[in-house]
Amino acid sequence: MNMDLIRDRMLAFKHNEDGVGFSKIRSEAIDLFEQVGIPTSRNEEWKYTRLGGLFQSPFTFPEMSMEVIEYSANYLPGHDTANIIVFVDGVYSSVQSKVTSKGLQIMSLEEGHKKYPSFVEAHLGDSQRYIQDGIIALNTALIHGGVFIFAEKGKLIDKPLYIYHLVGCQRNNMLSQPRSLVHIAPGAQLQIVETYVSIGQKESLTNEVMEVIVEEGALFDYVKIQHDAVHANHLGTTYIRQIGKSVVHTVNLTFQGKLVRNNIQIIMEAMHSEAYLYGLYVQDDKMHVDNHTVVDNRVPNCYSNELYKGVLTGHSTGVFNGKIFVREDAQKINAFQSNKNILLSETATINTKPQLEIYADDVKCSHGCTVGRLDEEGLFYLQSRGVSEGVAKALMLHSFMMDVLEQIKDVELREYIDQLIVNKLHLS
Amino acid sequence: MKSDIYHQDKHIDSEIDIIEQTVSSEYKYGFVTNIEADEAPPGLSEDIIRFISSKKNEPEWMLEWRLKAFKQWQKMEEPNWAHIKYPRVNYQDIIYYSAPKQKVKPGSIEEVDPELRKTFDKLGISLEEQKRISGVAVDVVMDSVSIATTFKTQLSELGIIFCSMSEAIQKHPDLVRKYLSSVVPASDNYFAALNSAVFSDGSFCYIPKNTRCPMELSTYFRINAQNSGQFERTLIIAEEGSYVSYLEGCTAPKRDENQLHAAVVELIAMERAEIKYSTVQNWFPGDKDGNGGIYNFVTKRGLCKGDYSKISWAQVETGSAITWKYPSVILKGDYSVGEFYSVAVTNHFQQADTGTKMSHLGKHTKSRIVSKGISAGKSQNSYRGLVHVGKNALNARNFSQCDSMLLGDKCGAHTFPYIEVKNNTAIVEHEATTSKIGEDQLFYCNQRGIDTETAVALIINGFAREVMNKLPMEFAVEAKKLLAVSLEGSVG
Repeated sequence: MNMDLIRDRMLAFKHNEDGVGFSKIRSEAIDLFEQVGIPTSRNEEWKYTRLGGLFQSPFTFPEMSMEVIEYSANYLPGHDTANIIVFVDGVYSSVQSKVTSKGLQIMSLEEGHKKYPSFVEAHLGDSQRYIQDGIIALNTALIHGGVFIFAEKGKLIDKPLYIYHLVGCQRNNMLSQPRSLVHIAPGAQLQIVETYVSIGQKESLTNEVMEVIVEEGALFDYVKIQHDAVHANHLGTTYIRQIGKSVVHTVNLTFQGKLVRNNIQIIMEAMHSEAYLYGLYVQDDKMHVDNHTVVDNRVPNCYSNELYKGVLTGHSTGVFNGKIFVREDAQKINAFQSNKNILLSETATINTKPQLEIYADDVKCSHGCTVGRLDEEGLFYLQSRGVSEGVAKALMLHSFMMDVLEQIKDVELREYIDQLIVNKLHLS
Repeated sequence: MKSDIYHQDKHIDSEIDIIEQTVSSEYKYGFVTNIEADEAPPGLSEDIIRFISSKKNEPEWMLEWRLKAFKQWQKMEEPNWAHIKYPRVNYQDIIYYSAPKQKVKPGSIEEVDPELRKTFDKLGISLEEQKRISGVAVDVVMDSVSIATTFKTQLSELGIIFCSMSEAIQKHPDLVRKYLSSVVPASDNYFAALNSAVFSDGSFCYIPKNTRCPMELSTYFRINAQNSGQFERTLIIAEEGSYVSYLEGCTAPKRDENQLHAAVVELIAMERAEIKYSTVQNWFPGDKDGNGGIYNFVTKRGLCKGDYSKISWAQVETGSAITWKYPSVILKGDYSVGEFYSVAVTNHFQQADTGTKMSHLGKHTKSRIVSKGISAGKSQNSYRGLVHVGKNALNARNFSQCDSMLLGDKCGAHTFPYIEVKNNTAIVEHEATTSKIGEDQLFYCNQRGIDTETAVALIINGFAREVMNKLPMEFAVEAKKLLAVSLEGSVG
C-alpha cells in the first residue's frame, strides 16, 4: 500500500461532502493520521508488531462492486436462524443481511445517523479520541459503508447476531475497513459473534473498528473468531463504553491469519459495572498475533476479570499487552488479569506485558503471567498408562484451553470452535 | 451510637495528625559542609572534558575515550518513555567537576580535612568507627571525588584492589582499559554516555582468582556543592571463584534546585564468581511541596561472564525526587544466576521508575526478581522490568514478583513488566499485586493495644521483609530505620 494512495483517498473523502455529517470526524481523523501516521515499533503500543512491511505491500481499496460472495463453507452453527450482518470488502451489504429477532434494528450508518442523529454524533469516532492511533484514524478518516446496530430498550435479543466479514481478494491485495456502531439500550441484551472470510489467493488486510455503547442494566456478549485464510491480515479495534451499570463479556479467539492485532478497550464509566475478557490464540507457522487489551476503571466499585491463553508452535510470534487503569478516586476496584502461554516449538516467541497503572489506594488488583511448555511429568504419567504421546499432548492442551473455551455459553458454537482447534493442531 | 461517632472522629483526627507529622518530617541528612571546593565553570563542552581529564592527570587514551562518548551523547536524545515527569534539565547549567579543596593529597585517613571528617561523622560513618568496629572498608566519594579509602593495606595483602577510579586509571590502566565500558558501553543510553564523558571519580574493585573478600566493601556518596552534578563510575571485577559483597550509600544536602546524579556501575563476574551489590539510596527527595531534590538517573548492569557465576542486586530506594534506575544482569555464562531484590519507597512528590532487566543468554540460567513498591503522599511509583530469554537459552528459569502498596489516595502504583521468551524450554512466571494496608490487619493490631502508627510500621516492615533479609547486616539496620522515617505514620 502506497502512502500516497491513502492520502489521495483521504483527500477525496475530505472534499466529498456526502451530506451525512461525518465530515467533522473524518477531517479530525485525517489530521490525526497526518500527525501520527502508520505506527512504527518506536511507538510503545506497537513495539512488538511491525506494520511497515504490510503498508508497503501493494494493497488496493475495494471497488464498490458489492458482488455477492458465496461463503456457505464458513457458516457458523445456527446460521439459518441467527441474525446476520454481512460485510463485503468492508462495506455493509443489506441484501445479504437479515434480522430475525424482535427488538433488534440493523441499518447502514448513514441511515442510523438520519434516524438517531444525536446518538450517532455523540458516539461515532469516540475511539480515536481515546487512543491516538494511526490505524484507528485510518479507518475513521475513510469511514464509509458502516453499520448501525441497535438493541432496543428492555429487549433480550433471543438469537445471536452473526457478523461475517467477506473479502474478495482473487485479483488484488485488498484493504477493507469495516466500521460499526452498536447501541445496547437500557436493559437490553445482545450477543455478537464476528468472523472473517477472505476468498482468493491474494493477501487481505482488514482494518476494523467497532464502537459499542452499553447502557444501564444491559448485557453485551461478544465473541470474535479469527479463523481466516493464512494470508489474511487483521487489525481490529473493539471499543466498548459501559456508560450505565452493565455487564460486558468478551471472548477473543485467534486461530489463523498472517498478522493479527486485536485491540479490546473497555471503559467502565458507571459504578458496579462488570467486565470479563477472555482470549485464546493458537498459532503455528509464521503467524503473528498481538492482543492488546485495556480495562479503564474510571469510577469506583467495578469488577473485571481477564484471562488470555496462548499455544504457540512453528515460527510464530505472540504478543500480549494487558492494561488495567484505575483512575484517581476510583476506589474499591477489583481487577484481575492473567496471561498464560505454552510454547510447543523451539522457534516460537512470546512477548507479554501485563501492565497496571493505579492511582487509587483502596483497590485489589493483580496480574500474572506464565510462559512454559507442556509438563513432562504429566505427559509421562499419561504415556505410562497407555495413552499415546499425541493423544496425551492433545488432552493436556485441551485442558489448558478449557477455562477459556467454557466461557462460550452456546454449546453448538463451543463444539464448532473445539473442532477448529483440533484441526488446527492436528490433534484427535 | 453517639460515642461511636465521636470515637471515629477522634480516630480520623489522629490519623490526620500522623499524616501531618509525616509531611513535616525533615530530611535529616540535609546539612551543607563548608569546605572550599575546586570547581569547573558550569556547562558542558569539549573544553570542560579536557579540563576534567587534565585535572585528574589522565592518560591520553582516557581523554579520547571521554571525547568519543561526548560526541555520541551529543547525537542522542533524552529518553522520555519512563513514567516520570520533570522539567527539562539544562545540561549547560550544571557544574561537572567539583572537588573538595585539599592542599596536599592525604596519605592516610588522619590527614583528611577535619571539616570533611565531621561531615561523615554526621552521616554516621565515622571513618575510624568504621575501621575499628565494623570492619567495613569504605571508599567515600564526595562531589564526584573519592576522599579516602580505608583498610587498603589489609585488602592489598590478599591482592584485592579497592581504590578510587582515578587511582585505578593511574595505577592499573590495563585492567581499566580492558573492562571499562565492556558492560555498559558509552552508547548504551543518554545518561550512560553523559557519565562516560564527564565522570570524575568512583570506585574500582578487583578481586583476584579464588579469593573471598573478607569484609564488606563500601562506598558512600555525597553531593555537597550547589548546582553540581555527581557522575561517578564504579567498576567491579570478580575473577574466577572469588566472592565480594559491596555496599553503596548516598545522601545529599537540602537545596531548592534539582541536582543531577547520573552514575554508571559495571559488574563483571567470571566463572564461579559471586558479586553481591547492595544499595541504600537516600538522596534528598525534595521538600513536601516537591521543590528540589536529586534526579537520580543511574545505569547499573552486571555481566555473568563465566559459567556458574552469580550477581545479586539488593536495593532500598527511599530518596531522590526522581529515580530512573534498572540494575540488570546479563546471564551469559551457563548455569549463571541473577537476582534482584528491591524496596522502593516514594512519598510527597517523589517519582520512581525502577526495576530490572534479566537477559538470559546462556544455558540453564536462573533469575529471581522480588520488587516491593510503597507509595505515599502524592508520589508515583512504577516497576518496570524486562525478562528476556534468548533463542539459545536452554532451560532458563525466571520468577518475578512485584507487589505494590498504596498509602493514601493521591498516590499511584504502576507495573510495566516486559516478558520476551524465544525458547520453549524456558519457564517464566510473573505475578504482581496492588493493594493498601488491610483495615482488618490494622484492626487486629489496634485490638491488641498496638497504636495505628506502630501497626503501619509493623505491616510495612513485614511487607518489605523478603528484601530486607537480603541486605547485609550493616545495611539492614539503616534500611529499616530509613523505611520508618520515610513513611512515618502515612496511614492509608
